[in-house]
Amino acid sequence: MNRSTIDLWVGVFVVLGIGALLFLALKVGNLASFSNSETYQVQGRFANIGGLKVRAPVKSAGVVVGRVADIRFDNETYEALVSMTLDYSYQFPRDTTAKILTSGILGEQYIGLEAGGDGVMLKNGDRVRLTQSAVVLENLISQFLFNKAAEAKEPEKK
Amino acid sequence: MQQLEQLREHARGRLERLGNTVSSQVWRLGFASRFLFYLVMHSGTALRRFRLTVAEIYFAGVLSLIIILVSGLFVGMVLALQGYDTLQRFGASESLGVLVALSLVRELGPVVAGLLFASRAGSAITAEIGLMKATEQISAMEMMAVDPIARVVAPRFWGGVISMPLLAALFSAMGIFGGYLVGVQLIGVDSGAFWSQMQAAVDLRNDILNGVIKSLVFGVAVAWISVFEGYDAVPTAEGVSRATTRTVVSSSLAILALDFVLTALMFTGGTNQ
Repeated sequence: MNRSTIDLWVGVFVVLGIGALLFLALKVGNLASFSNSETYQVQGRFANIGGLKVRAPVKSAGVVVGRVADIRFDNETYEALVSMTLDYSYQFPRDTTAKILTSGILGEQYIGLEAGGDGVMLKNGDRVRLTQSAVVLENLISQFLFNKAAEAKEPEKK
Repeated sequence: MQQLEQLREHARGRLERLGNTVSSQVWRLGFASRFLFYLVMHSGTALRRFRLTVAEIYFAGVLSLIIILVSGLFVGMVLALQGYDTLQRFGASESLGVLVALSLVRELGPVVAGLLFASRAGSAITAEIGLMKATEQISAMEMMAVDPIARVVAPRFWGGVISMPLLAALFSAMGIFGGYLVGVQLIGVDSGAFWSQMQAAVDLRNDILNGVIKSLVFGVAVAWISVFEGYDAVPTAEGVSRATTRTVVSSSLAILALDFVLTALMFTGGTNQ
């Protein structure tokens, strides 16, 4: 085997390797999403964010319109302050509602946006005023148990 | 009394041997580090006369292609079969793509490709350099004022370092293709869900870039161990065979230990996903 054939094979090998990296980046890792589009930031206050994590999707009508950029705890109001980065091509009215929802029963948590009717749109740095916290399963169960207990007591009184 | 004396002598002998082993291992490690430093500093020839390195990429990379591609394909196919069996019990068979892609890109790609690379190419590098030393080709080069580290060792080292990430990427890509073949074509998982869930879950920086970094680190470790064991081999037939065995054993252990450290560093931060 002389030198030029070796060069050819090494060239093929390098091209294959870089092709595999590109395949991983584009087809598997989805490089194209939200990397170069313009974005704006809005914030929301939540009493409880449950298991929401940074980089969780922000969806409206099931479509991913942005991602959670930052989660902080507000020392004065004892609430969670969540910053969301939204894609510039999706504009929402000022009275949009932000809810923390769960995909499926065991799935990860995301923020769902429901558009309101206001004519003025949200701008960069605005705050979403209407928010709904995550549903915490323990609270739900204890509420249910208390109700049951109360129902069971009432007939005795009568 | 005499028995006690004998016992003490025996214990001292053991202690001495233990100390000898430890100190000679530390001495070897120090020599290996100095060797790596010298090797990197004298890589000018290998990079200037890049044909030398290209030839080594051919031996280490191109000739390992078949085993890497076939193993990757089968690992991906097995992952899909096993994963589907478990996932469908929870009604989550659509997540098969996520399972296959994440386990390949994060762990199996770099690690298994590294292990295969160590036994396929690393052992060959050690045997070659060791045999050159045993047949006094290395001494002959020194005699002709040619630096054997720059001329023989450095191209093999860089050839290994360059080949390894490419091989690991090919392994992962092939494995995902194998998972697709079994999961979508054979079992019948929905093709759209397979790819879209995979794309939603695999992160470019957290998963793919970290996998590439891992494979690069493994490449440096395997290439370093291979060339050092060859250069340090006792120049006899037995010495070369022992050095080759040591290369495979210590590279495999190094890959697994490094993998644990790198995974602990990369994937336990609370901020990913």
